[in-house]
Amino acid sequence: MDGNLYKIIGGIMSKEEIDIFQSALVAKHEVLNEDEKIILLKNLHVLEKQFPKIKSSDPAVKAVGAKKGDLIKITRVSEIAGTSIYYRVVVN
Amino acid sequence: MKIKSLEFKIFSPKMIKDMSAVKIEQPELYDADGFPIESGLCDPRLGVVDPGLRCRTCGGMIGQCLGHFGHLELTKPVVNPLYGKKIYTILLSVCRKCSKPLVDEEELKHMKNPMGEIYKLKKKSCPHCGEKQKELSFSKPTSFREGKNELNPEEIRQRLEKVSDEDVEALRIKGGRPEWLILTILPIPPVTVRPSITLETGERSEDDLTHKLVDVVRINERLKKNLELGAPDFIIADIWELLQYHISTYMDNEISTLPAARHRSGRALRTLIQRLSKKDGRFRGYLSGKRVNFSARTVISPDPRLSMLEVGVPEVIAKELTLPIKVNKYNLTEIRKIIANGPNTHPGANYLVRPDGIKKKITEENKKDISKEVDVGFLVERQLKDGDVVVFNRQPSLHRMSMMAHKVRVMKHTRTFTMNLTVTIPYNADFDGDEMNLHVPQTEEAQVEAEMLMATENHIRSPRYGSPIISCKQDHISGIYLLTKDGTKFDKKTAAELLMAIGLKDKIDELKNEVTGKELFSFLLPKKLNIEYKASIYTRTKKTEEFGVDDLVVIKNGVLKQGAIDENSLGEKKGALINILEQMDKRVAREFIDRVSRLSLEMVTKYGFSMSVSDQDVSDRAKKKIKDMVSGFEEESRKVIKDYESGRMKKAPGLSLRDVLEASILRLVGDASREASKIVKDDLTDESNPVVMMAKTGARGSYVNLTQMCAFVGQESLEGKRIYRGFTNRTTSHFGKNDFSLKARGFVASSYKEGLDPIEFFFDAMNSRENLMDKSLHTRHSGYMERRLINAMQDLHVGYDRTVRDSHNNIVQFIAGEDGLDPSKTDGGKPLIKLLNQG
Ligand SMILES: [Mg+2]
Ligand SMILES: [Zn+2]
Ligand SMILES: [Zn+2]
Repeated sequence: MDGNLYKIIGGIMSKEEIDIFQSALVAKHEVLNEDEKIILLKNLHVLEKQFPKIKSSDPAVKAVGAKKGDLIKITRVSEIAGTSIYYRVVVN
Repeated sequence: MKIKSLEFKIFSPKMIKDMSAVKIEQPELYDADGFPIESGLCDPRLGVVDPGLRCRTCGGMIGQCLGHFGHLELTKPVVNPLYGKKIYTILLSVCRKCSKPLVDEEELKHMKNPMGEIYKLKKKSCPHCGEKQKELSFSKPTSFREGKNELNPEEIRQRLEKVSDEDVEALRIKGGRPEWLILTILPIPPVTVRPSITLETGERSEDDLTHKLVDVVRINERLKKNLELGAPDFIIADIWELLQYHISTYMDNEISTLPAARHRSGRALRTLIQRLSKKDGRFRGYLSGKRVNFSARTVISPDPRLSMLEVGVPEVIAKELTLPIKVNKYNLTEIRKIIANGPNTHPGANYLVRPDGIKKKITEENKKDISKEVDVGFLVERQLKDGDVVVFNRQPSLHRMSMMAHKVRVMKHTRTFTMNLTVTIPYNADFDGDEMNLHVPQTEEAQVEAEMLMATENHIRSPRYGSPIISCKQDHISGIYLLTKDGTKFDKKTAAELLMAIGLKDKIDELKNEVTGKELFSFLLPKKLNIEYKASIYTRTKKTEEFGVDDLVVIKNGVLKQGAIDENSLGEKKGALINILEQMDKRVAREFIDRVSRLSLEMVTKYGFSMSVSDQDVSDRAKKKIKDMVSGFEEESRKVIKDYESGRMKKAPGLSLRDVLEASILRLVGDASREASKIVKDDLTDESNPVVMMAKTGARGSYVNLTQMCAFVGQESLEGKRIYRGFTNRTTSHFGKNDFSLKARGFVASSYKEGLDPIEFFFDAMNSRENLMDKSLHTRHSGYMERRLINAMQDLHVGYDRTVRDSHNNIVQFIAGEDGLDPSKTDGGKPLIKLLNQG
């Protein structure tokens, strides 16, 4: 991380080269594959539109390369529960 | 069908005429025989208010016919008093001659708010016809002047009529034609909205609105007559203005510039606007809040003999509140007995509903007959009696424990609701005049639901911090400490009396000739209880890990082996004993709370517990010690100030030298207070000193309070700093400028007991006032914040799959609160683990 910081300050690193997941403040984002997505929607008895949303312009979404309609699994560090899992659907 | 949008418009004269059933022409209401006059304000075509009569327009009876509007043709037009300002802005925006907007068409197109912008341009002449514009003025509520001349409603109406429909749109005037703001026809509301009341004497008393309408119609007729007679202009103008006044007050009787229209008695009339606005207007009084049936409200008072499950209800209230009971073959005899009591002897009944739905009032006269008549299938409205479930509430209802279900105990001779002292905490109630509300759930389903979800028993553990909220306080703690501390012994007789007080008659046989308080207390504990924890007196007295006689509470197999019971056992949030009992079984916990609170108060009553001024006396040695200590700190502070003034003070990162000075002085006075606290603590060692006892056990007060009473008050602060406000660079005129000494900046070296000098007193008052303000401001803000959160989240729910969803089934959280825990079922936030050795 220190190395990155140095590069950024030095202006060597481009925006794309920065790994935002290096930061402790950015939670882990993963794209669910089609099967996982179907199972999740079925288990929760919900439609895609009833899911919490995330913009496709979100840096984390861009970093994992998700498109509109993809489900993102977000694994957060939670003070009360250790880790907590959240899902969001990508919207424009 | 779904409503897409709503639009509010004003009535056009045509619409008023179209919906009118009657043209009103007569100012009289009734003829000599008392029948309503045709085309009068009580015309039978306007609807019915008298039972038995039918509406002349629709033929409906009372309740079927909602009433029909009439109309009154005004002899001369009148300004709608509610739109004076609107009329003024329109008049300012259009030419006085051609009624075109006072801007170029091109300019008008680009205006976002044309009427708000045009008048600011102050055009001298019309860009369309060139007409010179005159100065317009408006005075509330209905008069307009142009130059020196009064503009009358007729002239205004003419100008507004001339505004073309295109210009109306261009000016963004919404809700209809502008000339409709000048009334030519007045809608007359149906009699159903202004019903007359027939007094017992047979005399009719009319509604305020009718009174006002009579005035309007009368003046309107007089104006017509005078016009027909060709009366002089000034007379016509006078009557016209009077008509305007009556119509203005008919709509709003609280216009500041108009004298209110009054009733003969001098009471101001309640006209249209008054019916809607304020606390008991239509909105706040009938839509947002309504009167509630089967409820009662009175002052509360304490009764330690009651269980925390119960609420004492005065008999007078119990007789008034009823429950509908269906009569069946099992309760028939009981119901007959109750009905035979009538409405005036307590477990009685007030109403009977026959199977055919006819309701009958039970009276002293007919109670015998009804008692015989009643049979299976009847419904009886029985008076509230012991054991009924009621919901008890104290405002502000900030959390769910503000409304809990209790069981009724009818009290013959009280006039207040009585309650156990332990539920005082969740309700945040005291007995200095607090009132509470009581509601009676009417159906069996509601009663069971209330009992299962809202019973006090189910709310011993607070969802806020996951530990007991229904718990002991003040004298409870003092009493139980006196009982359980080392050395408390009773003879068999006294012990038996204490046991009787908590209803443990059968345990008396188990008593030995001499009983210790700990043995007595153990009677309250279930046999399988094993626990060990530190008492409040421990943490509050010693620093090292060595335990005094009563410092460590040890309970083995339901017997208190050692340790004194105090706040850590029974108090709010702490209550280790209540906590563990609640985990075993909430009923066990409830029984324990009932008994322990009763027993402790019995103990405190028997033993006697009071404090006096002399309890805060410290020894002369300690006094001197404190005095020396304070002068030592004063000396040190002078040194620090000297350092500052001479520039020898050490700098610190991020702080100005002034900040450093303040910080070090604050540290000094803090040390002084701590030191004093220690001296006081070491000096007041008398075990029987009640003030010390209360501080140690957590019953009331703290060593800080004690120190302030018997050593010195210490530093007074304002906005978190030493006191600095007042005069230029000094607090009061008793000090020189830039005097940073302790005394000059709010250090109080006197104790509350010996008394403060005037300057100290003043600083103390400053600090007190700040605390008072903070308290009231803070509660208001946090209260509002909480309300907004509740409002935003009120329809979120946790589903069976543990997800949190809103009313559209949108997912908000995948597991409630990220951990899926219900805090009211946790131990201070951690999941409940049975800490029991057995079972
Ligand atoms: Mg009070
Ligand atoms: Zn009708
Ligand atoms: Zn013009």
